Amino acid sequence: MSQVTLKLSGLEPLIVTPESNFVNVGERTNVTGSKRFARLIKEEKYDEALEIARDQVEGGAQILDVNMDEGMLDGKAAMVKFLNLIAAEPDIARIPIMIDSSKWEIIEAGLKCIQGKGVVNSISLKEGEEAFIEHAKKIKRYGAATVVMAFDEKGQADTYERRIEICKRSYDVLVDKVGFPKEDIIFDPNIFPVATGIEEHNNNAVDFFRATKWIRENLPGAHVSGGVSNVSFSFRGNNPVREAMHSAFLYHAIKEGMDVGIVNPTMLEVYDDIPKELLERVEDVLLNRRDDATERLLEFAETVKGVGKTLVKDDAWRKESVEKRLEHALVKGIVEFIDDDTEEARKKYPKPLHVIEGPLMDGMNVVGDLFGSGKMFLPQVVKSARVMKKAVAYLLPYLEAEKRAARSESPIPTFPTGEGDSPSFQTADPNTYTKLKEFASELRKNETEAERILWANLRDSQIDGFEFRRQHIIGHYIADFVCLKLKLVIEIDGSIHQLPEVKDNDQFRTEWLESQGFKVIRFTNREVVSQLERTKLVIANTLWEIVEEASPTLGENERGQEGSAKILLATVKGDVHDIGKNIVGVVLACNNFDIVDLGVMVPADKILDAAIEHKVDCIGLSGLITPSLDEMVHVAKEMERRSMKVPLLIGGATTSRIHTAVKIDPVYSGSVVHVLDASKSVPVAGELISKETYNNIYTRVKDEYAQLREDHANRKVIKNYISLKEAQENRVKIDWSTKEFVKPQVLGNQVFNDYSIEEISQYIDWTPFFSTWMLKGKFPRILEDEVIGEEAKKLYADAQKMIQLVIEKNLLFANAVVGLYPANAIGDDIEVYTNESRTEVLKTFHMLRQQGKKGNGIPNLSLADFVAPKGQGQDYIGGFAVTAGIGIEPLLEAYEKDHDDYNSIMIKAVADRLAEAFAELMHEKVRKELWAYAVSESFDNESLIKENYQGIRPAPGYPACPEHTEKGILFDLLEVEKNTGISLTESYAMYPAASVSGFYFMHEEAKYFGLGKIEKDQVESYATRKGWTIEEAEKWLAPNLSYDV
Amino acid sequence: MAYNIEEILKQRILVLDGAMGTMIQRHPLTEEDFRGERFKDHQHPLKGNNDLLSITRPDIIKDIHRLYFESGADIVETNTFSGTTIAQADYSLEDAVYDINFQSAKIAREVADQITASEPEKPRFVAGSIGPTNRTASISPDVNDPGFRAITFDELVEAYEQQVIALIEGGVDMLLVETVFDTLNAKAALFAIENVFEVKGFKLPIMVSGTITDASGRTLSGQTTEAFLISVSHIPILSIGLNCALGAAQLRPYLETLSDKAPFHTSAHPNAGLPNEFGQYDETPEEMAAQISDFLKSGFLNIVGGCCGTTPDHIRLIAQEAAKHSPRSIKNLATI
Repeated sequence: MSQVTLKLSGLEPLIVTPESNFVNVGERTNVTGSKRFARLIKEEKYDEALEIARDQVEGGAQILDVNMDEGMLDGKAAMVKFLNLIAAEPDIARIPIMIDSSKWEIIEAGLKCIQGKGVVNSISLKEGEEAFIEHAKKIKRYGAATVVMAFDEKGQADTYERRIEICKRSYDVLVDKVGFPKEDIIFDPNIFPVATGIEEHNNNAVDFFRATKWIRENLPGAHVSGGVSNVSFSFRGNNPVREAMHSAFLYHAIKEGMDVGIVNPTMLEVYDDIPKELLERVEDVLLNRRDDATERLLEFAETVKGVGKTLVKDDAWRKESVEKRLEHALVKGIVEFIDDDTEEARKKYPKPLHVIEGPLMDGMNVVGDLFGSGKMFLPQVVKSARVMKKAVAYLLPYLEAEKRAARSESPIPTFPTGEGDSPSFQTADPNTYTKLKEFASELRKNETEAERILWANLRDSQIDGFEFRRQHIIGHYIADFVCLKLKLVIEIDGSIHQLPEVKDNDQFRTEWLESQGFKVIRFTNREVVSQLERTKLVIANTLWEIVEEASPTLGENERGQEGSAKILLATVKGDVHDIGKNIVGVVLACNNFDIVDLGVMVPADKILDAAIEHKVDCIGLSGLITPSLDEMVHVAKEMERRSMKVPLLIGGATTSRIHTAVKIDPVYSGSVVHVLDASKSVPVAGELISKETYNNIYTRVKDEYAQLREDHANRKVIKNYISLKEAQENRVKIDWSTKEFVKPQVLGNQVFNDYSIEEISQYIDWTPFFSTWMLKGKFPRILEDEVIGEEAKKLYADAQKMIQLVIEKNLLFANAVVGLYPANAIGDDIEVYTNESRTEVLKTFHMLRQQGKKGNGIPNLSLADFVAPKGQGQDYIGGFAVTAGIGIEPLLEAYEKDHDDYNSIMIKAVADRLAEAFAELMHEKVRKELWAYAVSESFDNESLIKENYQGIRPAPGYPACPEHTEKGILFDLLEVEKNTGISLTESYAMYPAASVSGFYFMHEEAKYFGLGKIEKDQVESYATRKGWTIEEAEKWLAPNLSYDV
Repeated sequence: MAYNIEEILKQRILVLDGAMGTMIQRHPLTEEDFRGERFKDHQHPLKGNNDLLSITRPDIIKDIHRLYFESGADIVETNTFSGTTIAQADYSLEDAVYDINFQSAKIAREVADQITASEPEKPRFVAGSIGPTNRTASISPDVNDPGFRAITFDELVEAYEQQVIALIEGGVDMLLVETVFDTLNAKAALFAIENVFEVKGFKLPIMVSGTITDASGRTLSGQTTEAFLISVSHIPILSIGLNCALGAAQLRPYLETLSDKAPFHTSAHPNAGLPNEFGQYDETPEEMAAQISDFLKSGFLNIVGGCCGTTPDHIRLIAQEAAKHSPRSIKNLATI
């Protein structure tokens, strides 16, 4: 009957069919079988206990056995707790649970915790038929299958006959009296050790095999299970023999019909791999084939202790075709062979460009597809991009050479574009050459101011990579500047050229040059000096025009692949964070977009000029800090003013769909789309760029944002706020009269420069590191994740390597400043005093207060609440700024030069983590030594990450104190720039980006909170306190305003 | 029971009613309507406690049942989705739970009987709606304490037993454990039902309907459709199905799984599409009926109806589709 199959479930189904061969039960989460697990449960280290469960699932267990039967343990409570914790771990809970106990109350408690269909292990006739029936009925009602031990009132079955007698009786009771589903019965006919030296044990395995066969033939539907490791009990300590015994035992038991078993998968040899001689002796024992079987196996056992296994590197892919090899290298991110393979492909294909358009792009398309369908993860894709860039870099010289060849039909002979100034003779008129040469070198020495400036911008291929020469002899003439490759001459006209005869001469010369295939553009000295940017733009545009006109195919190559769209990316002015943006760049590049990356702190004009210059199809703006939101609005306004039509993508940590809809979308008539993360950027950019889909996405998103705006406007009416006065009255009530204030050990600023990176690295919270790479999950569990675990492990190893490199080579420097000062609150301000007399105010911090209407007994929080009001106690405040990013620029340059986005992102991500870790470390130092209000605290890193300690360190710009300019006051107080080298941009972003700053509050009630929205009355009060106009206050508080400005 | 629903299910596809909440919202009800005479001095606001209307405004609930029957429904669900002490605790109305369920069953019974009397060839049925409560037995509400549970299996069993007794005594034809977002809650409900059956000495057909919460194809508590099916297959049930959360189109692959694997009848009562930005459902009766028609053509279903956002207009078109197709035939049908 086909429906009589055992069906179990965790989060996913487990169906035991005759074809499924054998179901493996994980045995390590059993306190009676695993000393380590027992210890962890006793010490309540449930996190580590869960890791054992996870190991079992990853090791191939299909059912998880959980046993808490231990005298020193509250087995019921431990069972409930552990099963509840498992339920919260999808990668463990996906398989069914086997609730293993000899106590019914523990079994029943376990059954009440599992949503899937599990297995009870076990019930039996040991206590008589009545209890057996009652338990079976309950199990059925809870919806579980059950293991039935071959055990009755008289004891455990130890012969073939007793086994079948008890199993038959149990089966009949279950089926006839309880109505228990036959297929949900799993017999355990007892596996006992063999080769014990006791003669009665010799037939133990044989009896088990026979009983198994009988059960399967005579008790329809029922299954057979057993604990396999019992059989090798007498060979403890000799794993090779035990492994061989387990797999030989299983081989025979499965043949007879055993289909469930408790086996440690790491203690199992492949049956076919068991050495012949060992197998023969093992089977002699199991099958009781000869009287001296035990002795012979013992003898042999001595010779096979500890045989290692070796790993072989799989390089079969090297034998594939060059296209396949390139694809493999791209998908796997292997750079090792890329130059050789690219060279081979270059020889095989007619043109180097074809290698890019062919096998390389094909490979990247595979990568794009895999990423799109969730089968590859970001770190892999970044590595793929590195391989691609290396391949393209390898081909670049050949592409250049081809370009030169394409221009060889021009009237002037081809000329090598080698080093130095030597090739002049090839374009010069031989008759006048010597004389002109002297003159040219004279001119170079006496260059004008304008020539000097322009040369500084032209030399070393600074304009889009085009190479220029200066004072170069062409025919009878000396050109000021010339790009020989594209035959573009740039002439700078001083005032002397304005004389009529000179003008004639100029015109004649232009005509001659043009007749020779050169294009000539002229600038005046003044244009160069006072409008340098415009001059450069004109030059760049002219160069690109020539490229496109002269050689369509080459032009396309310079601009990227045919049809490939260009996207400009920039982190806006005042912001320095670019990890996310760089990731977007890589992901888009992998999907065949051409990326123009302008870097960080890019002003609106520069973004828009570059957009026009490069004829981009889309602009992507990125930013991490809140003032960047305003800057993005500004960019959008500028685009509108310039009547641009280019779609605008918005991304970055503080950006949101709602902000984009309410603030950015209305000011720009072109398409504006908020992009949640890098993976979303691909479909959105694709839709925006394709002519067929553009109109659709344009209207769809415009409508959606209009709707959001409307909802937003309506929502505000409902939200309740209270007046600032009421909010202040509802402050945190702290009885300061009983508070014991702790005076810091040292007042004033203390600098910690060049702090040990090694020490800092002990404090890293790794979870955000993975989320930077778009791998979501908690560390260290993420390393074992079923889907992304492998990538996470690699990434983690690479990060560790990077940290080691940083430490060994002293690549990064970590600096910090901490300042502790007497302070008191005055209303919502905090005054910081020069000394204990508290008479002279050094600085004032301005805090904000929640104004949302709160429930009974819930205060309207402000950070000022956590410092004693003036006159109520000698309180203190701290401030800090730390960085781990000093020295990062040369590293980034080196990586970028090497086309290594992966390590470029890696070093930034690592530096960010180090900065956060440094902040954690300094905070601990402050608590224990500098302020010393928690001298005896002792936390491990995990507890530190969970912020279990007393006191907080909120940062200006973050939810509790979101207004960024306070960072300026903090920086002044701590003299941060002088002390640490961290500077602030005009938007109050810290540079280097791997920096953290904030306040220290020590009060035990101090906690993190979000300010939420504030009302106009507080904005007015804040403006007065800061000495600002209302407009200034509204600008800086924009993200938190409850009203529209 | 005068009519054998299993026999009828062999003949045709049965139609379940549509949304109750959507229909109640058509009435401009005030706090006073919800309170009625009986709860006029209750200390908590009661507006929004729809189940209570069975007691305080039975006229409205009866009208809704009648509209659904008239538009072609064979089965209506009692107005008891939140009729457990656990859900009613939000309103401090634990004491009213028996009456809510009993009255809800009674008024639905009255309407069903009236219509059956006038159309004996098409008997109408009442299913006692048993919601998931507002607590999850296998998920912690506290992210920092994953081992914590806001409700235990035993507490759920106790609450469900009270609801089931009252529904049965109020006269329902069958029980519908629906909108199962956490299978452990459903297992507690089934456990309670079995306990009550044992005490009462008779059984009623049980329908179970789970909820797939998103495109991952899993319940809120993380189970796949097939794992869910296996987890509630330990007692013979009349039907297994899916409802709520998704629109018909999104439900298709999961219904296909159920249809393929379930040894029971299958049901579906999807929402009228996915909610728009306002949380409203705007799939038209025509759009929804077209999708349902595709399911029926594929032979996925034995019982079909509507959940959030559906109205008598939806049910009318769905009933027309149901009449055009033969019911799914069940491989290995488990017998009750």
